[in-house]
Parts: sequence; structure tokens; C-alpha cells
Amino acid sequence: MSAELYYKSASELSGLLDRKEISSVELTQSVIDRTKAVDDLVQAFNSFDEENALAQAEESDARRKRGESLGSLDGIPVGIKDVLAVKDQPLTCSSKILADFVSPYDATCIQKLKRSGAVLWGRLNMDEFAMGSSTENSATKITGNPWKLDCIPGGSSGGSAAAVSAGEAIVSLGSDTGGSIRQPASHCGIVGLKPTYGRVSRYGLAAFASSLDQVGPMGRTVWDTAALLQSISGHDPNDSTSYRIDVPDYVQAIEQLKGRKWTFGLPKEYFENAEDTASMGPVKEAIEFYKSLGCEIKEVSLPHTAYAVATYYIVATAEASSNLARYDGIRYTHRAESFDAKDSVDIYRQSRAEGFGNEVKRRVLLGTYVLSSGYYDAYYLKAQKTRTLIRRDFEEAFRDVDALLTPTAPSPAFKRGAHSGDPLSMYLSDIYTISANLAGIPGLSVPCGYVDGLPVGLQILGKPFKEDEILAMGNEFESAHNFKNEHPSL
Amino acid sequence: MAEAPHIDIDKVAELARIALTDEEKTKFSSQLESILGYIDKLNELDTTNVEPTAHPHSVENVWREDRATSELPTSEALKNAPKQRQNMFVVPKVVE
Repeated sequence: MSAELYYKSASELSGLLDRKEISSVELTQSVIDRTKAVDDLVQAFNSFDEENALAQAEESDARRKRGESLGSLDGIPVGIKDVLAVKDQPLTCSSKILADFVSPYDATCIQKLKRSGAVLWGRLNMDEFAMGSSTENSATKITGNPWKLDCIPGGSSGGSAAAVSAGEAIVSLGSDTGGSIRQPASHCGIVGLKPTYGRVSRYGLAAFASSLDQVGPMGRTVWDTAALLQSISGHDPNDSTSYRIDVPDYVQAIEQLKGRKWTFGLPKEYFENAEDTASMGPVKEAIEFYKSLGCEIKEVSLPHTAYAVATYYIVATAEASSNLARYDGIRYTHRAESFDAKDSVDIYRQSRAEGFGNEVKRRVLLGTYVLSSGYYDAYYLKAQKTRTLIRRDFEEAFRDVDALLTPTAPSPAFKRGAHSGDPLSMYLSDIYTISANLAGIPGLSVPCGYVDGLPVGLQILGKPFKEDEILAMGNEFESAHNFKNEHPSL
Repeated sequence: MAEAPHIDIDKVAELARIALTDEEKTKFSSQLESILGYIDKLNELDTTNVEPTAHPHSVENVWREDRATSELPTSEALKNAPKQRQNMFVVPKVVE
């Protein structure tokens, strides 16, 4: 049995652990062995520390022996995106500028995971500073899609998605600024949730765009994703934008809300002229499934959809240019060996030129430009105003419906290098996910089928702080299908 | 913004504190101009009386107790410094 522990769900594993049928050391070893067997192909991990993981597992086993289990995640290996601070572990953001950085403290979500007894496992690859949709912008390595290794796993949390899909972690944490959890989850055939802005503390998450970033869970089942969300949610005094609002019991909610006749909206702007949208087939079948349950399906309108990508690339790059100013070559980053010592600014210029990759440079330059004197009103202020219009579109739609159903991405994973010369075409592939970050609403991606042998995700967008509802909706679909038991052959 | 956007790449690179090669300058300015061209579509929208959104869910003043807490000790905070000496960051001399 031990051989396939790594593909069991956290819910099943926690039962096995509680009944002492397996130990966390046994489980963690199975995940480590699996990682060593397949990661040469998948390349999901920037680094991992076996001994450290096994030591955490031993502590978990000792707790259970004493009858002091910390809950359903106690002893479960959780992969961590290389953007979250774990004390005494590397934090690279897949960037050369942080190649040697070791975190001096824990992110709040990591602290919470530790309090849940989770075994923190490895550092997962990503687009540099979470800027990208394919994980090709990593300075460390190129991660493959476990379903087809020459395709991209999605991004920016590509390592987090690929690891869970390939059995190299039971669940994982990612971060989502414009779709970076949902899109890779969709491409790798797993579940991913972007929480409402403010649901999870951002303290210890290396900032990309502070008004859009959220940390969130990824797993092979909705239940696992809910349990991980439970662990990391809640207000944190160290993040003033984390909301003071009660956190429901997500796992319980999935049961309680079962069988409810939801009203779903289909945004007409997402569905019209979508004949060439490859993902539409499986998504339309998923919509039919909800109809067959007796749910009501309505057309809704999000009139400002066409402006979302433009709005996003102003807001996100402006905030990034400001956030990334901290990587200066002075305090905790790579410092260039050679610079003009007579020019006091050159040490910054050279260190950042050496440390940042192309996409990061491009976005920092764009963000600097839109914030520069004389352009602020025309770009940043204008984008903040369109952001209001986009947010209102969702408020309006949610008056009539409980949630929206959409594809997560227009097409399944593309081949490596397909968009490399054309950044704008890559940006446009985020069209269905970006608006949720601008509006601050939660979004779930659930596997709903395949196109050309590659997984496709259904996106469920919910009302602010209604993660419990979209998890329950996703669970209805998942329980009636077999996708959660289908794994890539590696 | 009505005319085709043109980026003064030297000025932007200087503000961003990133040294660019000539090749990068050519590549980035043409890519940024095409992205700005796309972004220009926002001007189709009249946003005269629209309030800007800085954060999706507005938060009023958030207070905490004014109490000293333990922060990182200097040695920990300096651990990742590219150069350090006697509990301080070492930087090149900038004043004579």
C-alpha cells in the first residue's frame, strides 16, 4: 500500500494516520521517494530538505502517539511555493537576485500551517517573482506539465501545481495575483483556490502587487483544498489588509451545503464569440451537469470585461515597480561585483540588471513608466477607476446569482516557448482569471475534462468571503465525476 | 496619450535603477510601446465621476495595541547582507 500513499488524498491519509495504519514518516518518505523518482522529469522543486521533512514527520508521529493530533493536516506533506518565507529555508522567488536568501522568519500562513502540524515540504518553482503564466520565467529551471512534459504547467504557481499533480506533494500553497493558482491548477488537472482579497494574511509573502496578491491552497480534491484553506485563513495583525471576519468551517460547509439548488451566472462576454476557445467543450458539459442537479443557469453581463487585462497590467506593474524597489543590492540581495563606485546609484543599476530576468525588467520598467511624473493620472489613476467599474460589474451580477461559471483558461496548457517572443499574447491568456483579482472575489478551479489529453478546469467565481459556497459547488461536481482519481502517467 | 505612445527608455531605466544594454533598450521599448498601445483602449471609457479603487474591500483604520514586541535581532537581520561588518551593512563610499 505504501507505494501509492503519495497519490492518496489528505482526507484519506489523515484517517489512516489517526487509526495508526500508517505513520507520517512512512507517508513523508513515500512523497520523498516519489519526488526523487519523477522530479528529474517534472522539475517542480527549486530545492528540498529531506532530513528536515522527516524530522517534522517524526514530531507529528510523536504527537499522535501522545494523543495530541493537531487535526486533519497533522503529518501531511505540504509543498510550498518559493515565494513564502519559511524560517531558515531558502526563499528565491525563482530569481537570481534572491539566489542566496534564507528567510529569517515565518510567513503567517506558514506559522499557521506549523500549528496545524503539516510537514512543510520543499520550495516549488514559479515564474520569477510570480510574474508569468507558464513558469518559463523562472531563473532556476523549466517545470514540465506532468500530463505532457513538453507543455507548460501554467504559472506562476507552476511548481505547486505540477508537484501535486505528479504526487510529489499531497497539497501545496501557491499565490494568485492574476490567476497564478487557478490557471496552473487547471493546466495540471488539480483543484486550486484563490481566496477573497483579505481572507489570508500576506505577511511573509514576497510582494508582487499588494492590492491583488493572495496566498491560496492547491490539492487533488476539493476537500483537501478546503482543509488547507481552513488552516491558513484569518485576520493577522501583521497584515492590516487581512479582514476581520469570521472564518467558517469549510470542510463542514461542503457537507452542509450539499444538494443546494444554486443559481449560476454565465458572463455573456466570456461565452460569446468563444467558438475557437478550446476549453469550452468540457466547461459546457459541466454547466449541463449543474442544470441536471436542478440548479438555475442565467446569462449575466460583465460589461467592462474587455478592459480587464489593460487595467490589470497597469495596476500590477505599477505596484510591482514599487515593491521590487527593495531589491537594491545593499541589504539582502545579490550585489554586482563591478559597478562605478564614483556614481552612488550605479550599484543599484548593476545589481538589478544582473539579478532580474527579462519579464521582471519589462514589468518594472512598465510600472515605473505608468507611475512617472506626468503619466500617473493617464495610467494608474485611470486604471484604478476602471477597476471600480469592473468591481461594480461583479457586484451587479451577484445580485441575481450565487456564483459565476467560466473556463479557467481559454485553452489547455500550451507548448513551451509558444508565447516567448510576444509578452502581450501571454498576458491575454489570463483573460478569465484576472478580473477576480481586480474585484477581490474568490475563485476556484476544478478539473472538468480533457482536450487533446490535457486537463481543463472549470472556474467558479463567488461572492466576497463566500469560499465555503464555491467549495461546496466544486465538490458537487467533483463527487459526481472521477477526475480526482485520474493521474498523469509518468 | 492620444498620439502613439513613445517611451523614453533611458529615462525610465534610470528611474527604475536598472542598467540596460543597447539591445535590451531596443527590445523593451518596442515591447512596452506595443503593450501601451493595447492599454490605450482604456481611454474609450468615460471615468469622469468614478471613484478610484485602491483596495477591493475598503478597510477603515486598523489599530493595534501600542506595545513593544520582539523584532529580528541585528545578527539575524544582517544574515542575508551581501557585505557586512560590525553589525552594519557595508556600502561603497559615496561622500568624500
